[in-house]
Amino acid sequence: MSGEPTLLLCVSQAHNPNSSCSSRSPAFGQGRPAGLPTMQIYFPIAEISLNIFLVLGMGGGVGFLSGLFGVGGGFLMTPLLIFIGVPPAVAVATEANQIVAASVSGVIAHWRRNNVDLKMGLILVIGGFLGSTVGSFLFKLLREIGQIDLVISLSFVLFLGIVGSLMVVESVRLILRSRKGGYRKKAHQHYWAHGLPFKMRFHKSKLYISIIPPILVGFFVGLLAAIMGVGGGFIMIPAMIYLLGMPTSVVVGTSLFQIIFVTANVTLLHSINTQTVDVVLAVLLLAGAVIGAQFGARASGLLRGEQLRALLGIIVLAVCAKLIVDLVFEPSDLFSIGRAIAE
Amino acid sequence: MTQRTALLFIVALTIGSASQAASQPLVADMSESSISITSNFTGKNILLFGAVDEASDVVVVVQGPREEMVVRRKARVSGIWMNRRSVTFQGVPAYYAVASNRPLDEIASQTVRAQYRMGGAFLDFAVAASTRHLAGNELIEFREAILRNKRREKLYLDAENSVQFRERLFRTSIVFPATAPEGDYAVRTYLLRDGRVIAEQSTPLQIRKAGFERTVFDLANQQPALYGIIAVLIALASGWLAAALFRRT
Repeated sequence: MSGEPTLLLCVSQAHNPNSSCSSRSPAFGQGRPAGLPTMQIYFPIAEISLNIFLVLGMGGGVGFLSGLFGVGGGFLMTPLLIFIGVPPAVAVATEANQIVAASVSGVIAHWRRNNVDLKMGLILVIGGFLGSTVGSFLFKLLREIGQIDLVISLSFVLFLGIVGSLMVVESVRLILRSRKGGYRKKAHQHYWAHGLPFKMRFHKSKLYISIIPPILVGFFVGLLAAIMGVGGGFIMIPAMIYLLGMPTSVVVGTSLFQIIFVTANVTLLHSINTQTVDVVLAVLLLAGAVIGAQFGARASGLLRGEQLRALLGIIVLAVCAKLIVDLVFEPSDLFSIGRAIAE
Repeated sequence: MTQRTALLFIVALTIGSASQAASQPLVADMSESSISITSNFTGKNILLFGAVDEASDVVVVVQGPREEMVVRRKARVSGIWMNRRSVTFQGVPAYYAVASNRPLDEIASQTVRAQYRMGGAFLDFAVAASTRHLAGNELIEFREAILRNKRREKLYLDAENSVQFRERLFRTSIVFPATAPEGDYAVRTYLLRDGRVIAEQSTPLQIRKAGFERTVFDLANQQPALYGIIAVLIALASGWLAAALFRRT
């Protein structure tokens, strides 16, 4: 576990924003000591050879962030895997598999603290199953017509851009307001969701709302999970807070609960439809990630909610910017080649 | 490596003298006839060595399994570079390497080189029926894109001057990168004199996934549903295990 010492260091210094850790995030698998042994391992489905410590480090770093923010970490890991040479389709499917593990260990921690709304979670899972099944077939189709890479990149740019900006703006506003000392959340806010039929009572979330919005949120997130190899926490958490009006305390645990089932479905469907799940790569990533996630979950108690959100927003925007650069700048070779996919 | 090379030279020498007795113009062999892709596979160098009966040129051509390849050209659409035109080629060797003792155009005429595929430019891949509507010079661009991309991936190698002679013995190293796909490879050694091929020896080479890599790959392709279920179960168990371990500490 190469990432472990760095992670430990980061946890102990997480309260100090000026620590070297925050600027040299282990998420990017860099900043490892130069003398570290290099051990190449061949991945049977990705069909490439990678340094095992790079893979473990990436898993650990992204796992730390996933524990910290309660997101699957896929929005970072999928692009990172593509950057180090994993075929995009394999990156997406393998990352979905890895998120299953990261989410299980994450949800257990939240379950113990009684932060999972099981009923809401199950409604979201129903939507998520439908969405990920549709998404998996869409993925297969896009792959056949040669536009899957573009769709993956554009989806990331769109959602990361919007969500990242919202998070930064919102949390900066909250931080400023709390400094003045006047902010208080309204006890009963009215959302548009309150007017729809099929209402259901969600005790833990203190809500009495229609099940249509949660199903739609679940569906949409499932679609993204299948196409982008993300858990979708970065969409689902804001949607739960701003759209459904759920209390912040239960959104992380509940979203992790939904992500487990949806990414498990995506793993299964991609295995069957495109044979792109690399189990060896997933196991190494998750070995790093489950450990990282534990430290992340502990560190989350050290930071305040709005600071966490601002930090995540900045990371999200950074990934987005990198993807925009890749899309807009003229590629060094306009031609690309790939094996023809048998229909 | 140098010790092994020396050893192989002795072997080659023995073959060489034996061949002279039988008056064969060309004898060649490789340090290995199969490559196993196991978990520590990072590519492989294979030594090809042999003997000739008198001073001449040697050209080695290696071709990997044939694949159908799609070549896509990006174009700018409202500020974003996206794939537009695509051409599918059939019979594209997944791997191609040529090695010779001096520049190929000094060894043989274009006709001879084309006949024996001595040089990437002479590879013959046909356009798949579905995409046969491109102008000739545009098609050439797509064809060249295969060579360029494959060269960048180190899957197409032109190694002129890499065949080394020591008297009647020659040797060269064939480099297979980690991305070399599994399949049947053909290694052809040509002996040329005055620009004409006077002897040829063909040696098969196999690249196969082996051991654990083989098991995983076969399961993924032959029992995809079972593979998917196993992948999910591993993830569930690992996640739970990690949470359980960390609770005590």
